[in-house]
Amino acid sequence: MSTHAVDTHAHDDDHGHHHKETFVTKYIFSQDHKMIAKQYLITGTLMGIIGVLMSMMFRIQIAWPEEPNVLFEALLGKWAPGGVMDADIYLALVTIHGTIMVFFVLTAGLSGTFSNLLIPLQIGARDMASGFLNMVSYWLFFLSSVIMLISLFVEAGPAAAGWTIYPPLSALPMAQGGSGMGMTLWLVSMAIFIASSLLGSLNYIVTVINMRTKGMSMTRLPLTIWAFFVTAIIGVVSFPVLLAAALLLIMDRSFGTSFFLSDIFIQGEVLHYQGGSPVLFEHLFWFLGHPEVYIVILPAMGLVSEILASNSRKPIFGYRAMVASILAIAFLSTIVWGHHMFVSGMNPFLGSVFTFTTLLIAIPSAVKAFNWITTIWKGNLQMNTAMLFSIGFVSTFITGGLTGIILGDSALDINVHDTYFVIAHFHLVMGISALYGMFAGIYHWYPKMFGRMMNKNLGYIHFWVTAICAYGVFFPMHFIGMAGLPRRYYTNTAFPLFDDLADVNIVITIFALIGGIVQIVYLYNFFASMFIGKKAVQNPWRSNTLEWTTPVEHIHGNWPGEIPHVYRWSYDYSKPGHDDDFVPQNVPLKEGEEELQH
Amino acid sequence: MTALLTIIIVLFVAVAIWQMVKIFDLAQVSTDTSNSGVATDHDNKINGYLMLGFLVFIYAITIISFVKWGDLPLVSDAASEHGSQIDNLMIISMLVIFTVQTITQFLLHYFAFKYRGEKGKKALFFADNNTLEAIWTIIPVIVLAGLIIYGLFTWTSIMNIDEDADPMVVELYAQQFNWTARYAGQDNVLGMANVRLIDIDKANVLGVDEADPNAQDDIVVKELHLVVGKPVLFEMRSQDVLHSAYMPHFRAQMNCVPGMITKFGFTPTVTTKEMRERPDMIDKVQDINNIRAERSKELMAEGKETLDPYEFHYLLLCNKICGKSHYNMQMNIIVETQEEYDAWIKEQKTFKESLN
Repeated sequence: MSTHAVDTHAHDDDHGHHHKETFVTKYIFSQDHKMIAKQYLITGTLMGIIGVLMSMMFRIQIAWPEEPNVLFEALLGKWAPGGVMDADIYLALVTIHGTIMVFFVLTAGLSGTFSNLLIPLQIGARDMASGFLNMVSYWLFFLSSVIMLISLFVEAGPAAAGWTIYPPLSALPMAQGGSGMGMTLWLVSMAIFIASSLLGSLNYIVTVINMRTKGMSMTRLPLTIWAFFVTAIIGVVSFPVLLAAALLLIMDRSFGTSFFLSDIFIQGEVLHYQGGSPVLFEHLFWFLGHPEVYIVILPAMGLVSEILASNSRKPIFGYRAMVASILAIAFLSTIVWGHHMFVSGMNPFLGSVFTFTTLLIAIPSAVKAFNWITTIWKGNLQMNTAMLFSIGFVSTFITGGLTGIILGDSALDINVHDTYFVIAHFHLVMGISALYGMFAGIYHWYPKMFGRMMNKNLGYIHFWVTAICAYGVFFPMHFIGMAGLPRRYYTNTAFPLFDDLADVNIVITIFALIGGIVQIVYLYNFFASMFIGKKAVQNPWRSNTLEWTTPVEHIHGNWPGEIPHVYRWSYDYSKPGHDDDFVPQNVPLKEGEEELQH
Repeated sequence: MTALLTIIIVLFVAVAIWQMVKIFDLAQVSTDTSNSGVATDHDNKINGYLMLGFLVFIYAITIISFVKWGDLPLVSDAASEHGSQIDNLMIISMLVIFTVQTITQFLLHYFAFKYRGEKGKKALFFADNNTLEAIWTIIPVIVLAGLIIYGLFTWTSIMNIDEDADPMVVELYAQQFNWTARYAGQDNVLGMANVRLIDIDKANVLGVDEADPNAQDDIVVKELHLVVGKPVLFEMRSQDVLHSAYMPHFRAQMNCVPGMITKFGFTPTVTTKEMRERPDMIDKVQDINNIRAERSKELMAEGKETLDPYEFHYLLLCNKICGKSHYNMQMNIIVETQEEYDAWIKEQKTFKESLN
């Protein structure tokens, strides 16, 4: 399988020398996976800034409801008359925050960046299977980002039906201002986004299967690649279903069909819809929506596994169990979507089935968490920023994951469904965790991307303040959820019952603001280090994987000479019998040395 | 006021960051490779200790949250028969979570501290151990099996509506942005209804079939009255978008879906009056009223309307995003004795009488 790549690299080299690159082919319509990775990262970062700013705005509204704020007046314009945030725009901010963070930052920004950067480099390939499709994938993502941002400026407001866009609210412009042009653009943007994601995923799958270098068997793949590979498969399985749902919703909205609508009386008139069901949409949405959270978290798990091992100077513990649990999670992720719908009106028997499958997912997740902890046990931990974020990842993944036992249990879900308990749960387990994974990846592979090092002291500050704020925001949030406070409420002042939660909300908002503002430290570090960062050496973290055998300066085709052959797995850290505490994958086995049977 | 606060926070954070950069800088005067971007032994030490500090922080925030906000109404004040089942399951799950959380966070952060890197130290080459992995696969399997079985029994008993118990049938009708209830009347059978039959001129706002004999004695009201100890079966409808009927005190929630009828049944066990007299509830209401009085003072100073004192009511809230006023879609629920209920229902007009 891998001989293919070896046969063709001589041919690639010839081209590499003659190939003239203009500014446009190098930086804009690049087909080089390393440049595309950077494009994904920077686009994702810009979207992330917008998403986080939105969350800071609605957090201010929740803490100090209906109080005038110059910030709102400046940023929201007509949506904040006199500086008081309007209820419609509150819902729009919540909706777009969710959409941007889940899809544009944590799917495209995370998976797009690191799958593109690391798959060819770590498996020993000159580029992706199709550089052209890869380029198209990025530009479709860019286009969908632009459309999503344009939707913020339409007359009646952006989509505001929640990021889950359940019809009929999302289908009827008379139900809500945001369900007009704003929702149309949202759907168009997402349809393009899905096309982008599918092109990317197909490319990742084909590349991993066909283009591994000589000796890179599947059992020698770094866990990063396993994670990206399986993520891509989940994406290919589930994203088309969301596309179908989006197209059917477009038809209901614009062409008078009744897939999701029936028996509706709104604003004094009966609509013609007959026979459809909103529950059908929920099924279609969550058939993607749940695997989506694993599309977000698996790449982060892969990055963290790699970084923990490398910085612990120890092999990852239980490599085969780690691969098996990735596969188990991927399989189970496609049969648990109903736990979002326990109280949707679907048959209670289905609730039982989904409770069962959902709680099963805790088993592979627990195995992963214990294996990570064992990986750092008796290690020689190098506390680089990436390592801190990886440890932080394990911490928030455990804290957030554990409450899944409550939400996945249909009987308990009845009372915490759609409350702040849910918000706390999923932000910790897939929002913050995946962001930590992404930050860890950026700090770790920054030298590979930009040839320079990020400032570690700024990195430490970034991590510690973020870590404290993340817990400060989401830990107390469980408790207001358990007090029964529903999510997506513009203000809680309509219920005296919740008056005693106002001070918790202020605490949360203050942590959220500090946590948001401290990201400026990271942004400065990220952008300034491109120019003033210390020049990186070839293998700054003394890692085993193949990307550190390429030159610091990027070249088309990755390796100037032959692609290295692989003789061992990527986790030979501190192996007895070697002088160094790492043995790169391209170092042949010593005489008498045995490869670990893992 | 808010703007000022925001600015102060920004300034505060900026100063804090500057101070911390200084601390890290000063801490590194002695090491020569400090700006290589790779952690030195010194960094390992500082961050190792910070990891230990962070463990303390996690424990602290857990304890503070439980002490300060942990009276957890949702696990202590169930007012329905099945509610205590849910609460028991919740408490057991919380104990499991609490134990696992305390242990795993300790191991993670303590190891991060204990095994912080030092030059010349070599890590243990430890790649696999089947016994260990079997242990931490099997333990979660056993714990989860227990939780799943307990959970499924609870779920089944809640969702199985016992028709033999002769529940009182009540329709909950949702629309942007209010609730309406329809009682089935003497025959305990709801008349047929469809939004296509809505006739605003005749005040038939729920689209009840005027020709259906079962509909004649139905009673349409804006306040929900339930009888303590008597099972009630809700049949839920929505006329426009998705809503969710959330009754937190009764541990009850079900979406209202246009085009279909969804159901949820329970038995209230505590009357509104009894609930108001519970010491916990008196404290909670007192606490809330103190907050409201404080707030009223501020409002008075600004020349605005003051807040009314709060009196406890069971509530029906909308818990599925439904549009602009989603945050204020509510209905009071009153649980009372059979006699009180009978007296109340007698005063209400039947559907037939209410038509214009």
